[in-house]
Amino acid sequence: MNIFDFFRERKKETTASIAKERLQIIVAHERGQRSKPDYLPALQQELVEVIRKYVNIDSDQVQVALENQGSCSILELNITLPDR
Amino acid sequence: MAKILVVTSGKGGVGKTTTSAAIGTGLALRGHKTVIVDFDVGLRNLDLIMGCERRVVYDFVNVVNGEATLTQALIKDKRLENLYVLAASQTRDKDALTKEGVEKIINELRETFEYVVCDSPAGIEKGAHLAMYFADEAIVVTNPEVSSVRDSDRMLGLLASKSRRAELGEEPIKEHLLLTRYNPERVQKGEMLGVEDVEEILAIRLLGVIPESQAVLKASNQGVPVILDDQSDAGQAYSDAVDRLLGKEVAHRFLDVKKQGFMQRLFGGRE
Ligand SMILES: Nc1ncnc2c1ncn2[C@@H]1O[C@H](COP(=O)(O)OP(=O)(O)OP(=O)(O)O)[C@@H](O)[C@H]1O
Ligand SMILES: [Mg+2]
Repeated sequence: MNIFDFFRERKKETTASIAKERLQIIVAHERGQRSKPDYLPALQQELVEVIRKYVNIDSDQVQVALENQGSCSILELNITLPDR
Repeated sequence: MAKILVVTSGKGGVGKTTTSAAIGTGLALRGHKTVIVDFDVGLRNLDLIMGCERRVVYDFVNVVNGEATLTQALIKDKRLENLYVLAASQTRDKDALTKEGVEKIINELRETFEYVVCDSPAGIEKGAHLAMYFADEAIVVTNPEVSSVRDSDRMLGLLASKSRRAELGEEPIKEHLLLTRYNPERVQKGEMLGVEDVEEILAIRLLGVIPESQAVLKASNQGVPVILDDQSDAGQAYSDAVDRLLGKEVAHRFLDVKKQGFMQRLFGGRE
């Protein structure tokens, strides 16, 4: 190892630090998913069916998200209607 | 009061059975009447690690089905007075164990034992769920490697939401992190997650760090739990972990690279 390699080595991230960073991101994401109530997918499905009685939409055009803000939770619905 | 301890991980092959055998034996060594229960239906292995494979007559499922009594199925360890093993069934029927069946056996074991150590199968499906469901404390066995750490975190989520204690709103399962197959050399080189990294990500109490050790294979070859090899690094590390489990404050060992002699460093040392 010459002196230039030495400095290059020092600057480069180690594979362990890459692993740690990736884990922190995925674990935080999965913990967020976990705290969601089990009924959300069913709720989303039923909403799609109700809306379809009036407008023709795909199931991925309804997005349901639950956000916790202090003592209350906010249920957010995002429905994209097709072009008229 | 009996304590139900589950040894779990999510990911397979990380050292659950090695740990169950070591911790269970360590508890018995310290005078606590202990039974180690193999929950890995279809893949019985604890008996081999404990060295009692030729004495299995009845198993867990036989007792659940009323084909044998618990007394008939419990295998007494030949080395230690206080130690017993309950073998897993080799049946391929995945539904051989039910929550009711497991509950019945656990309650019976509670009456005679101080510690019930449950060796969980890998995964997060039914078998792993049954092994952790009745637990009071959990030892989450983790290797310093991305998929093992992620799976441990998922298992922690399940312990906190899908256990009996969680469902009844009781005090949550006490969680312990056991980092195994740790290689200080590789950690120093930046090739392996360090103990602080894993602690930071999982954020649970560290019970111990077991080094990657040749003693583990040597012990399993002979059917001797590695904790009985008290000259070995892994045996000593497991011993410390048992002391911590029992509330003792013990400093962590085997975290740093061994200091090598000058000649060893020159010519590349081998143990
Ligand atoms: N500290 C260690 N050092 C070296 N090898 C180890 C160590 N711990 C476990 N092993 C080895 O790793 C392998 C898997 O161990 P073990 O059977 O205990 O894992 P497990 O989690 O019970 O696996 P499974 O998920 O299949 O039940 C075995 O070959 C064992 O000898
Ligand atoms: Mg196992």
